[in-house]
Amino acid sequence: MSTNTGASILKPLFSAWSWIFLIGILAFFELYARAETGQTFLFRIYNMQSIAIAASQILLLALGLTLVIVAGQIDLSIGFTTGLSAVVMALVVRAMGPDTGWGAVIMAMMVGIFAAVVVGLLNGWLVAILNVPSFIGTLGTYGIARGGALIVAGGATVSIRSDEARSFGNGDILGIPVPVVVAGLLALACHYLLTHTRFGVHTYALGANRASVERAGVNVKRHLIWLFIISAVTAGVGGLVYTGRFSAGAANAGEPILLYAVAAVFIGGASLTGGQGTITGTVIGAFIIAVIQFGLVFSGLPPYWQFVAVGLVIIVAVLVDQSKDKLTGAQS
Amino acid sequence: MTTVLEARGLKKRFGGNEAVKDVSFVVEAGECVVLAGDNGAGKSTVIKMISAVYTPTDGVVHFDGQLLTGQSPNAVREAGIETIYQDLALADNLDPGLNLYLGRETTHRILGIPFVATTEMRERAAEVLKGLGIAIPDPSAPVRDLSGGQRQAIAIARAIHWQAKLVIMDEPTAALGVPEQREVMALIERLKSKGVGIILISHNLPDIFAAADRIIVLARGVVAGERRPSETNDEEIVRMMMGATL
Repeated sequence: MSTNTGASILKPLFSAWSWIFLIGILAFFELYARAETGQTFLFRIYNMQSIAIAASQILLLALGLTLVIVAGQIDLSIGFTTGLSAVVMALVVRAMGPDTGWGAVIMAMMVGIFAAVVVGLLNGWLVAILNVPSFIGTLGTYGIARGGALIVAGGATVSIRSDEARSFGNGDILGIPVPVVVAGLLALACHYLLTHTRFGVHTYALGANRASVERAGVNVKRHLIWLFIISAVTAGVGGLVYTGRFSAGAANAGEPILLYAVAAVFIGGASLTGGQGTITGTVIGAFIIAVIQFGLVFSGLPPYWQFVAVGLVIIVAVLVDQSKDKLTGAQS
Repeated sequence: MTTVLEARGLKKRFGGNEAVKDVSFVVEAGECVVLAGDNGAGKSTVIKMISAVYTPTDGVVHFDGQLLTGQSPNAVREAGIETIYQDLALADNLDPGLNLYLGRETTHRILGIPFVATTEMRERAAEVLKGLGIAIPDPSAPVRDLSGGQRQAIAIARAIHWQAKLVIMDEPTAALGVPEQREVMALIERLKSKGVGIILISHNLPDIFAAADRIIVLARGVVAGERRPSETNDEEIVRMMMGATL
């Protein structure tokens, strides 16, 4: 309990563990790079940008997912929602012909997001109205979005030629890559939503005890549907960024990121049972994964080691979370 | 005394099972009415008909002069009936302030953007709880860190803060230790002194006699008898709870 002085010293340490971990791995790669090559790892614009872009791609899936997980649900469909949005945007750009300007690209983005919203609505309908457990329901829509994206793309990657789309994916604003700006703005919006609005309060309460919000007169079904729409929209924006970066939409654009997005949320302090988690935590989680990804490549290790490393970090994150509860006496 | 609630001829059928056959009673302002009865006597069904979770098969509920039957649970709560369930329906990860205001949070605007007024609600909650004689050591800590009695107090504070005229409590002391049971009994007295009517569900005889102004005994879906604590004793109440078998 709170009278235990040992626990009260450990508590801030535990809540800051992901920060400490992030700084730790940055220091590790920095020292490694200096010892091996005599060069800096972190203090190079290119490296910083690469890490930030990788983190942004993870974040775009993880932001909406954080809200869903705080509410005690899960959304497995986001990987292919990203792919669907990417493909749909590319198809619309292509249909409008080459060099059609910003109007066409923005139009294509809106249609891409609309496709994502359809998946989100489907998830919300399954979970909120039909009471399908979200793990199963979104696994179903994972398949539907995947198949849908492959069908509309004709099973191929949809390449486009559009300078506007390319500059959306590869340009920068004051030296900050556009995808990073987009992810940063969405992170701010989600942070505001989760910590400063009634919607956010109800999301936390829903994760802790559904009856508490239901009896408080909150429309829980509508709330759940909104959560899945938000999750789909941030994942959809991830698809738009993908199409911009690579001048092509691919159905499997988000598939390799899904696991990383889930990992970022849990590394950031969320719990599978709901009621916990923050956007700040998720942002740090995404950066931890991005640093590991980029750092291992930078160190010249076979890239497959990144899967092992991220897997280990997930396990460490869960162990830290458990011992935190034990040491500080919190019941979960 | 003024009557706050009148239930007349309440009946509830679930399929072929008649859970409540015929229940009528009144609650006066500032009075604690205990609904006593064995498991399956129909106590929970009766309060759910009052809080509009169930629609009665027959019968009506009048509250504060208006007809409540057929309204939504939200409308009933807005009218001034607050129900405190056994599980308290608290969000364990939120502080007392947010729990007190859950579903009715206050916000303030900064540059036109609404922000939830967490600190303000926290302070209000601490005040309301202080008025109930409950001090919370750390008002920003989640309610999972609080004792059973303090958690009960938050649920009761919620009722007081939203100016409930009638509070329904379902076995409020069931999961509590002895000192905390006393705290809850003291809270009930304070509620009564504020003129709030109380319906307390219990099958614990010491609680019944400690809290009740009137005891209404239910058995098998009907009112088996109504007594003032001074006119009766444990034995008679138990006999009535057992119903028509005697």
